[in-house]
Amino acid sequence: MFKIIHAQFLAPGIKRFVIEAPRIARKQKPGQFVILRIYEEGERIPVTIENSDPEKGTINIVVQSAGKTTTLLNSLETGGSILDVVGPLGKPSEIRNYGTAVVVGGGVGTAMAYPTAAALKRAGNRVISIVGARNKELVILEPEMREVSDALMITTDDGSYADRGFVTDKLRQLIENGTRIDLVVAVGPIVMMKAVSELTRKENIHTVVSLNPIMIDGTGMCGGCRVLIDGKSEFACVDGPEFDGHKVDFSVLVQRNAMYRDSEQRSMEEYRAKSAAVDPTSRNTGEKWGTQRDYVCAVQGEKR
Amino acid sequence: MSPTASKSKNPLSPKDRMKVPRQLMPEQPAEVRAHNFEEVNLGYSEELAQQEALRCLECAKPTCTDNCPVGIDVKEFVQRIVVGDFLGAAAKIREANVLPAVTGRVCPQEDQCEGKCLLSKKVKPLGIGYLERFVADYEQRMGTHIVPSAPPTGKKVAVVGSGPSGLTVAGDLIQKGHRVRVFEALHEIGGVLVYGIPEFRLPKQIVREQIGYMRQMGVEFETDVVVGRTITIDELLEEEGYDAVYIGTGAGLPQFMSIPGEHLNGVYSANEFLTRINLMKAYKFPIYDEPMLDLHGKDVAVIGGGNTALDSIRSALRLGARKAYVIYRRSDTEMPARAEEVHHAKQEGIDFQMLTAPVEFLSDGKGWLTAARCVRMELGEPDASGRRRPVPKAGSEFDLPLSVAIIAIGTTANPIVQSTTPGLDTNKRGYIQASEDTQRTTRKGVFAGGDIVTGAATVILAMGAGRRAAKSIHEYLTTGVW
Repeated sequence: MFKIIHAQFLAPGIKRFVIEAPRIARKQKPGQFVILRIYEEGERIPVTIENSDPEKGTINIVVQSAGKTTTLLNSLETGGSILDVVGPLGKPSEIRNYGTAVVVGGGVGTAMAYPTAAALKRAGNRVISIVGARNKELVILEPEMREVSDALMITTDDGSYADRGFVTDKLRQLIENGTRIDLVVAVGPIVMMKAVSELTRKENIHTVVSLNPIMIDGTGMCGGCRVLIDGKSEFACVDGPEFDGHKVDFSVLVQRNAMYRDSEQRSMEEYRAKSAAVDPTSRNTGEKWGTQRDYVCAVQGEKR
Repeated sequence: MSPTASKSKNPLSPKDRMKVPRQLMPEQPAEVRAHNFEEVNLGYSEELAQQEALRCLECAKPTCTDNCPVGIDVKEFVQRIVVGDFLGAAAKIREANVLPAVTGRVCPQEDQCEGKCLLSKKVKPLGIGYLERFVADYEQRMGTHIVPSAPPTGKKVAVVGSGPSGLTVAGDLIQKGHRVRVFEALHEIGGVLVYGIPEFRLPKQIVREQIGYMRQMGVEFETDVVVGRTITIDELLEEEGYDAVYIGTGAGLPQFMSIPGEHLNGVYSANEFLTRINLMKAYKFPIYDEPMLDLHGKDVAVIGGGNTALDSIRSALRLGARKAYVIYRRSDTEMPARAEEVHHAKQEGIDFQMLTAPVEFLSDGKGWLTAARCVRMELGEPDASGRRRPVPKAGSEFDLPLSVAIIAIGTTANPIVQSTTPGLDTNKRGYIQASEDTQRTTRKGVFAGGDIVTGAATVILAMGAGRRAAKSIHEYLTTGVW
């Protein structure tokens, strides 16, 4: 059992958890993630580590409600617990002084981009960060990113905050302005990472992306997280999650991540129906779901 | 094992013993079990066990024991069955083997103890595996484990990985009075016994009971620890005060064939397919959250001829597959799977496509598998492994319609421990170098065994390595000499 010391929404549907996990907190490095399982019947899902505090023995994770497990997770509160948390997994980001690094965070991916940006800054890089979100409410970690960046640019798809547009617009501007860029790190939705990689490929700028394939054990055993890199199978859990963006076959990643869409939808619908039955006031906001305990009771009631 | 000097309790003459037929293992009918995950074999009754035990010739030099990777005193435990001392038989086995209920079910006995049974020269060999399983289950039912204890030595050993070799090391060392803590990366203890081998061959309850017994003996377990990531070998030795470490991290990442279409949806590695089913209980979706593709009415094939391949395809059949194929590039005689599993699989209606290999996976144009393009093979000259090399037959291509293909052609070394432990040497395939008799690695105080040293092998070979390691760890802890 891993105790939730603190839980707080950063944006609608995006929640930060401070979790007691002393072993992981001691070892976490930028670019790594954890796998967690909320309860006995739960699935294992990979989740971003935003930060850690080795002194206090805690890690911060940031979760966006998408399917059942993430929605259920985001219904957990301070004082609750998560059955299993394992990590830190994956290879850490390769941190050194590249010169000028552009760190691009899209949506909840900003949480994983943040520790990498901070580490690059500490290593002496000039860090230019670009944060993109669908709208104003979904811009997360702005003060944190500002603190570790020499310059911070923000875009929203709908223009409700900062500049209207996509992160690639800002990156293109930088390139067109003749800014010398030695490294681009992009973490976010697959389409975003693909667009960034296509843009930098033409300019021959080394680009690192953090991939999020379907994963089960996360420890180099099952092979579920295989991705196609330069025509060869690699495994995101032990060879990644960061890869050279110019070598990633993004269309295979998109296709494989859709493999269980039907099951995922079914899980989510049943979860919604049950949470509504448990707590009639709950709405589809990702914030007002019935508690985990209520939900687990409902599921177990059905099994009996 | 020292040869036993006790006088025979067997009332039959050696000649009469050969007239007793090998007692058949009661099993679920094939047409019933093909649709459930319950265990196939039902186990001997006391009567059947005693009848079978009578067949033992009590050889002066038992070759069965010589051929057992952990050296079980077969003759002695079988004699105890003859006289009805089933708990005594179990205790005898436990001297050499901490997981008898497991090995009685999953060992390839035909290649080991039973393969060298003197009876097999004239009639069928003694059912040693069945008898081992019987006494282990009997002991479990009686709930009367004898928990051995030794005075504490004050030494601490960390075991990395809770599969068969790690459990063996833990079980042997706790009996010597050392403190033992087992670190497991997954959320459940048992390694391949829980994520790999399916319920119908090894019920998870059996594994849990065996582990419960180890807890009783004082073994500590910690799940959710990936050694190499969560904590390193050096930190275990230097910061957490362990006097020795045993690495038994098991088989690593699955191999693929590097043929076109391997990334299509519907193409699984056997490890992923089995992990979803066994560890994550995806066959109970949506009660369990882990999903898997619905196999009802679908055509499924496994590529490979080992136990993992058969476990995968028989699981697919139980999940509703309409047609279930084994595609293997060599012939029956080269198949590495246990003979009993091949026999059971055939009874259940698995279609064996021998001397066949896929060359490409075909798609519907939307990223989903629709067929495997295969070629027929013929056997040519022997290759490096001594087996005849399969060679494609010209013009033999055909398409086998499939919704799901499971690739079970082996694994490679998991790199996590090796890459985070300076001074730990590996061979050119990435497996940890360890001495064959002492299981010592190139790092002082660090031992290794099982699949992470040999590459993918069997449960019992991993346990054999565990036994040797426990012996040599004990020596090291006692003498301090490396």
